Amino acid sequence: MTLLIALTLFVLAVFLGMELISKVPATLHTPLMSGSNAVSGITLIGALVSAGTDHSTLTTLLGFVAVVLATINVVGGFLVTGRMLSMFSSGGRKRS
Amino acid sequence: MSAADVTSVAYLVAAILFIFGLKGLGRPRTAPRGNLLGASGMLVAILATLLDRSIVDFRVLVAGLVVGSAIGAVLAVRVQMTEMPQLVALFNGFGGGASVLVAGASFLMVVDEGLVDNQLAIAAALTALIGVVTLTGSLVAFAKLQEVLSLGGFRGQGVLRAVMAVVAVAAAVMVVVSPADTGWFWLLVGAGGLLGILGTVAIGGADMPVVIALLNAFSGLAASTAGFVLDNPLLIIAGSLVGASGVILTQIMCTSMNRSLFDVVFGSMATGGVVADADEVYGDRVTSTSAEEVAMILEVAERVVIVPGYGLAVAQAQHAVRDLMRTLNDAGVEVVFGIHPVAGRMPGHMNVLLAEAEIDYECLLDMDQVNPTFAQTDVTIVIGANDVVNPLARTDPDSPIAGMPILNVDESRTVVVIKRSLGAGFAGIPNPLFAADGTLMLFGDGKKAVLDVVAALLNS
Repeated sequence: MTLLIALTLFVLAVFLGMELISKVPATLHTPLMSGSNAVSGITLIGALVSAGTDHSTLTTLLGFVAVVLATINVVGGFLVTGRMLSMFSSGGRKRS
Repeated sequence: MSAADVTSVAYLVAAILFIFGLKGLGRPRTAPRGNLLGASGMLVAILATLLDRSIVDFRVLVAGLVVGSAIGAVLAVRVQMTEMPQLVALFNGFGGGASVLVAGASFLMVVDEGLVDNQLAIAAALTALIGVVTLTGSLVAFAKLQEVLSLGGFRGQGVLRAVMAVVAVAAAVMVVVSPADTGWFWLLVGAGGLLGILGTVAIGGADMPVVIALLNAFSGLAASTAGFVLDNPLLIIAGSLVGASGVILTQIMCTSMNRSLFDVVFGSMATGGVVADADEVYGDRVTSTSAEEVAMILEVAERVVIVPGYGLAVAQAQHAVRDLMRTLNDAGVEVVFGIHPVAGRMPGHMNVLLAEAEIDYECLLDMDQVNPTFAQTDVTIVIGANDVVNPLARTDPDSPIAGMPILNVDESRTVVVIKRSLGAGFAGIPNPLFAADGTLMLFGDGKKAVLDVVAALLNS
């Protein structure tokens, strides 16, 4: 990727993110935040490459710790978001 | 197709899933599916990455995935809903920390191979700085919210913070000028880490929603800049989507508190203005009431609005409030909740706490929805909220909270305020609402007071 293409992706994704989020009702702000937080754990795929590459002990160690931290972020983030959202929907179902 | 092509296509699929996932999270009905789409996108991305040719040893990698999944799952299942802000802060911090380590490892590899260029060095320096500030800032926010440490500002904090910022910027410049000396990179990480601590340590509890939203934006941004280091489009896209959403939430929180981001991070509460004397405001005009009297007023009401504040969560009164709502509904009284954007410790926190108590989200109205309805409301019950219902924000341009958007509860016919005492809220100012003609004060613990009212309603 050239720098220009990378920057293009960056800017377009920022605009897209703003469009996607700006109309979310306040009720969903907490699950939205924890869910989007889980998505930011995408850095995990970089960590996997660092941990699995046979370069030096230091880079493998850094990669391993990064995999652990990012996985906590991803797995914990999606699970806890699901937990919160299940409470929202069950409340809705009981009334209707 | 080569393995690299398969990975690229899979990353595109993952990016699309993330976009639909975030879109889904925007509506209550589609939110659970949105979350699943996001998780599927992550799974696709992980599986595609495992095809990468440069991965030669899967043992370390699997060990990391297993350990991380176990810790993440335990944290997610065990957490209480009241502790959600600190958990999200912690996860944010871990994401930021992972980005620093990924950028560090990748930077070291490229330096060893002698292939480093300015673009990569700049991206690595940015990731290190943003990521490590996210990590240590989030850990401080976690410690403060969990109340494991009572942290506060100290003398010379501002100076130290400025010094650290200069050191961090200087180190970042040196990373770019002289990338082969990797010591600069680690100096940058160290200085950035201290900067994150110094930047968050003095921020008060009321400002936590802003801090968490901001750190959320930072964790996304760190993932995005890590994408520039790794030359990975999926990291750039997903990271900036999250970064943008974090920025928007930060903006919403700042507007709701009438505070600029600068004030939250650098200043304390606005100090200007004349703070009225509490005795002068309250005098002997405060009317105290009993649970029985409140029950009598509620019985003849047609529409009741409940305004919860963080005090409700502290008193663990969510379920008691739900009982009150059901008792009133059974008696034919319409009940809705009016929720200020900063009612909890993070954006939307109060809604989650009430949803946990099985209160339908359709009954949870935000400020813009509920404010026009107060004039047609018979009784408004304020529980554990103070500054967000203080009419001084509207009427007194000299007040520290002047201009802050508030819930106009004083427009309803009767206001019942359930509160332990006449003590001030975060803003430290008296609230004329408590002494207003239509206001009755029900002093006591939030949970007990609400249960007393329910009992009185059932007995009558």
